[in-house]
Amino acid sequence: MIYTFDASLSGLLTAVFECFERKQNYITLIEQRLYQPSAFDESLQIITDQEKADRVWKGLKEKINKNWLRTFYCTYLSEIPEAYQHLLDFAIYIFQNKKGAENNYGNAHIIALSKFAKSVEREKHRMEAFIRFQKTLDGIFYATIDPDFNVLPLISNHFKNRYADQQWIIYDTKRKYGLHYNLNTVEEITINFSEQANNEKLSEIIMDEKEALYAILWKAYFKSANIEARKNTKLHIQHVPKRYWKYLTEKQV
Amino acid sequence: MHNRILEKLNILADAAKYDVSCSSSGGNRKNTNKGLGDSHSSGICHTYTEDGRCVSLLKILLTNHCIFDCLFCVSRKSNDVQRAAFTVDEVVELTMNFYRRNYIEGLFLSSGIFKNADFTMERLLLVVKKLRLEHNFNGYIHLKTIPGASDELIKEAGLYADRMSINLEMPTEAGLKLLAPEKNHADVIKPLSFIQQNIAQFSADKKLIKHVPKFVPAGQSTQMVIGATPETDKEIMYTANAFYKNFALKRVYYSGYVPISNDTRMPVLGTQPPLLRENRLYQTDWLMRFYGFKVQEILNDANPNLDVDIDPKLSWAIRNMQHFPIDVNKADYAMILRIPGVGVGSAKKIVQARKFGKLRVDQLKKIGIAYNRAKHFIICADSPQQIKDYQGTQIKAFILAESDSKYLKTDSNQLILF
Repeated sequence: MIYTFDASLSGLLTAVFECFERKQNYITLIEQRLYQPSAFDESLQIITDQEKADRVWKGLKEKINKNWLRTFYCTYLSEIPEAYQHLLDFAIYIFQNKKGAENNYGNAHIIALSKFAKSVEREKHRMEAFIRFQKTLDGIFYATIDPDFNVLPLISNHFKNRYADQQWIIYDTKRKYGLHYNLNTVEEITINFSEQANNEKLSEIIMDEKEALYAILWKAYFKSANIEARKNTKLHIQHVPKRYWKYLTEKQV
Repeated sequence: MHNRILEKLNILADAAKYDVSCSSSGGNRKNTNKGLGDSHSSGICHTYTEDGRCVSLLKILLTNHCIFDCLFCVSRKSNDVQRAAFTVDEVVELTMNFYRRNYIEGLFLSSGIFKNADFTMERLLLVVKKLRLEHNFNGYIHLKTIPGASDELIKEAGLYADRMSINLEMPTEAGLKLLAPEKNHADVIKPLSFIQQNIAQFSADKKLIKHVPKFVPAGQSTQMVIGATPETDKEIMYTANAFYKNFALKRVYYSGYVPISNDTRMPVLGTQPPLLRENRLYQTDWLMRFYGFKVQEILNDANPNLDVDIDPKLSWAIRNMQHFPIDVNKADYAMILRIPGVGVGSAKKIVQARKFGKLRVDQLKKIGIAYNRAKHFIICADSPQQIKDYQGTQIKAFILAESDSKYLKTDSNQLILF
């Protein structure tokens, strides 16, 4: 049996609900967008139902602790097709077993979830580390990212608490939405970039006059902090993989 | 004006880089005053230099003028280098603006000793007070304790800094005397223990009184230079162990000596820094702090130096084959932690998972243990029957044969006859 869903978290939770409602086992869960019907498989399109989703979430809350709820949510944010399948199977396993079953690391779904969540948390941590703000003329600190996973919801609080006295925007160019902190709350925003706009880095025209100076000072610091005799390029790249270099002020020539 | 600050930054960051500590962990300062900054308890490395070291803090000296002449230090009085000094405002501006752009977690401020200890400490204190009180800065501040500064100044600094540190420099008193005759370990121990007593006092008060100010919430650390003087690994780690015990240090750092002087008492210029040795010392440090090993088990009179070709945990296991193989389905957590190839995370997962049934090889692999290494030391539900009992040296040869070292360019493998 194949279930297709709309790739939302509520949709996924609704799918869990339907499994039990319809007493169906061995479900394959596929994102609607990617589904290609075949001749012999039966399929069902899951219509996202917030009420059903809430019931499942509430049920999960009773079964597993806060850390595991976060593991579940992080795995969802990975946006990886196999991860959705593991989430469904994990939820079914949890509901079918006694409390505490999430500690069975011998179970394939449990170990899979902890691995997906680990990757997502690592990406989240990298964003907290590698985001570089540029100050614009109107005083907003601006940064763009295109993370491997959808981590904006996970980093929002970190930046809100940290930069409480400055306005900032973090924009995910891959998923085409961003966060704007207006000194009180964080709002979700979308920006319509013009076709030619280079949305990776701000053009000098709209940058604060001091911005270039601090970039130069930071690059100089980065260079001075290096010890030539200990050069270790392999380790350097292991810590800062090349795909992140485009964010990093110190890595621009 | 901009060029001047750029020049100062180059000189004073360059002089500070031999201090290896760059951690920003353990801070718990919250942004409650709607100011700038909020500590992240695990710390954040914002970038890594090309030598692979983390850059978390803006690590600078206030000045590299110094009245001391310690041979191992670039800023020693007799060294012919450019000298510079930041003003208090310059440091504050740099810190604030770097932090706002998410370049750094905070400030690591050290200094050469100019005039005397108290004068220097006072200047450091001015910077941190200005950041905390005038600029509402809640980021991480790591401050060097200046040996010989008065108790009042040190205590006041502790109210604003997250971490304080003071370097032992050489692992033994004799080594220190050789290279820095004006210094001794007692000068380091006195402020370390003074701060330690205050940390203990403040946390005791906190249990009774609701609002006690923070005092060095991320604790203290120290650093030893490795390879400048001829100490054994045993001497180094026994010193580290004593300092962890006596002063509740959060970290001891081991800094492989990078030759900076052509004095005959030390390795000559151009000698490679002892990176592998440094790595083995850190591994030992981790075994002591997170794996329940006693330092005497790893280093003792029979083994005064760490193995170069294998890590200290494997080395211990091979010397103590009587404890192995360990049954992962029965042994207690402390023993599972001692299996080469099993880390803290995997050990915890194993202990949880085996409540649900006996663990098999494929499950152990998925849990994430380094199976090729661990297989010589464990039994699980479907372990292959082993007819032959291998010697420790043979196992070492097996493991070396299928791994290549990051450090050793030429293979040191030797065939074993029996």
